Amino acid sequence: MYRYDEYDQQIVDERVIQYRDQVRRRLAGELTEDEFLPLRLQNGLYMQVHGYMLRIAVPYGLISSKQMRMFAHIARKYDRGYGHFTTRQNIQFNWLRLEDTPAILADLASVEMHAIQTSGNCIRNITSDEYAGVAQDEVVDPRPYAEILRQWSTFHPEFAFLPRKFKIAISGGKEDRAAITAHDIGLSVTKNAQGEIGFRVLVGGGLGRTPIIGSEICDFVPWQHIVTYVESILRIYNQYGRRDNKYKARIKILVKALGIDEFRRQVEEDWAASKDGPGTLTAEELNRVASFFTDPDYESLTDHNSDLNEFKADNRSFSNWMQRNVKPHRIPGYAIVVLSLKKLGVAPGDATAEQMDKIADLAERYSFGELRITHKQNLVLADVKQADLINLWKEASASALATPNIGLLTDMISCPGAEFCTLANARSIPLAELIAERFDNLDFQHDIGDIELNISGCMNACGQNHIGNIGITGVEKKNHDEWYQVSIGGAKGNNSSIGKIIGPSFTFNQVPEAIDRLLQVYLRERVEAERFIDTVRRIGHEPFKEHVYATSFGTDQEEAADKKSVVPAQYSVPFYSPRF
Amino acid sequence: MKIIKNKVIVDDDWHVLRLNEQEAADNITVASGKIIVPLKVWLAQRETLQQRSDLGVWLSSDERPEALKNDLQRFSVIAVDFPKFADGRGYSVAYNLRVHLGYTGELRAIGDVLRDQLFYMQRVGFDAFAPRPDRHIEDALKGFSDFSEVYQASYDQKSPLFRRVQRKGRSAIG
Repeated sequence: MYRYDEYDQQIVDERVIQYRDQVRRRLAGELTEDEFLPLRLQNGLYMQVHGYMLRIAVPYGLISSKQMRMFAHIARKYDRGYGHFTTRQNIQFNWLRLEDTPAILADLASVEMHAIQTSGNCIRNITSDEYAGVAQDEVVDPRPYAEILRQWSTFHPEFAFLPRKFKIAISGGKEDRAAITAHDIGLSVTKNAQGEIGFRVLVGGGLGRTPIIGSEICDFVPWQHIVTYVESILRIYNQYGRRDNKYKARIKILVKALGIDEFRRQVEEDWAASKDGPGTLTAEELNRVASFFTDPDYESLTDHNSDLNEFKADNRSFSNWMQRNVKPHRIPGYAIVVLSLKKLGVAPGDATAEQMDKIADLAERYSFGELRITHKQNLVLADVKQADLINLWKEASASALATPNIGLLTDMISCPGAEFCTLANARSIPLAELIAERFDNLDFQHDIGDIELNISGCMNACGQNHIGNIGITGVEKKNHDEWYQVSIGGAKGNNSSIGKIIGPSFTFNQVPEAIDRLLQVYLRERVEAERFIDTVRRIGHEPFKEHVYATSFGTDQEEAADKKSVVPAQYSVPFYSPRF
Repeated sequence: MKIIKNKVIVDDDWHVLRLNEQEAADNITVASGKIIVPLKVWLAQRETLQQRSDLGVWLSSDERPEALKNDLQRFSVIAVDFPKFADGRGYSVAYNLRVHLGYTGELRAIGDVLRDQLFYMQRVGFDAFAPRPDRHIEDALKGFSDFSEVYQASYDQKSPLFRRVQRKGRSAIG
């Protein structure tokens, strides 16, 4: 992975000094809260329900075991012993004191980390494919470009006070695993017919109140020009994006207002002046950055491992884990392993300091000391020898990191929700918990198969509800604090789509029953190995809507009391006995 | 009044003309002396104003510098107003004036100009700053030296870091 040279280190160290002085001036009353607000936000510091929350940047989701241990240290020393991995591949700590934050940033700088631009109306941490460099379908490794764009965007003088936040995602596989269509700029690095590397550039995608799939602004920007091209997009947005209404300030609204053709014309007019200028990327710089992302010392192995198959046959837990949490690797004899942070009773994405230390330890012993954070709030060991899988599984299981549910119903995405976030209308984590409890039976989950259930506590959509196959959104309503809209048909990836709301909203305790009814329709209607999303697309929303609302729901209290198991009898084998 | 010019505090006798709601750009009387007029006033009273030798013009954050395209050299100073420090349009206005339109005279940041934004402002081409009068101008000077190195090109630094220095690859870091 990328390592700092003296320039990177100096810039991050100077940021710590600058920020420490800003905090001092705030505490001394020399800065008003209004003036301090954007400064602290651009250092990832939010004031939340309980106190300060710090979001730390994990550039394109890639970290070392040493950095993971630093998270554990921060969790113990400054927080309440745990941290929360986010959908944007970062980590946040929820229980901090303002006075401690300069010291935390200094600790982070000592392991080449920071919280720069993890919030605020600026270019945010760039996200990427969690399987970059190891995926079988990879066309071009996106990581060197992600790092180059990270450096370009860091303290960019022109774009620190944009109309609104700005998110860039970059993917390099045939399958898009970085949700590039749902970003302000989505980049797909690819090769043209001549084998030259360049980018398909999407602009104006996003979730939030106005979910929109990004539009293609250019089908191929040669790699040398990607930085100047992106800069021109930002320059047009900075000048003409709306600033009168926070909810209409994202670039998607500007692109929609101008139309993609006019927006493109303006970008290209600006770009004409900088194209081929000094901002143009050089082969030397690309090669320098790419040198950090060359292959680790893989052994020459083959894919066959009879021990593995034998163990699999004898052990259903391991077999389930192999099926869901282990992904194919482009190098024979290796595998990608996803450590699940979605265990019943734990908020999605939460990890304790002890788990972080253990995860760092596993990374060192099994995966060249590196880790990735996924947009689904799990962790990845990208380079595990297949021969090590049994031992790794045993160790991960002992630390509650091997729930075999990756891509299944309980591998939910959830935002922190109303207990933590001042924007939220409703709680998210307890709802995720309630749903996880209702559908705890793993055999049932495995039968349902691939499904994405995403929960947001409000329409700002941090939980990516719009691109969940089932999306749940906390909405404001009179007389009751917590109501939830349910949508179906959303998806990320190459065939991404925005979900549609099925009908009137539900109370907190009604939501699991509503999901259950959706699943009943799926089980009734699915053909062959059809996934939930495929069934929705084939038969449309109506059958789902009809069944969900055909019979009335109990009141919130009745549903709460009536926590019946709806898991069909054939799944109720003792090995997976439901917990309720 | 004191302003910062080329990172030094200097006395300044320019007056910034701001119209109130009752005043119209086409009939406001522009006093004599060193005065920085709104773009609207310049455009409305160009015929008479172009006679003056010591005139400045200021742009609000939603105005386009292209409006001054053929007149840039007439002004002793061009200012860009920051109605709120969090309104970042002025950065691109300044960059466009310098880079796209080739303006080389004094470029002044006016309005809600605060210490913590000066580093960015100087990078995009501002060389004069009128910090908000309720703040210590000496303090504001510290804002220029927050960082000693930058990654990306802008007006102050025409080349990105990777073109200016020898940076280390993996083999040199170990």
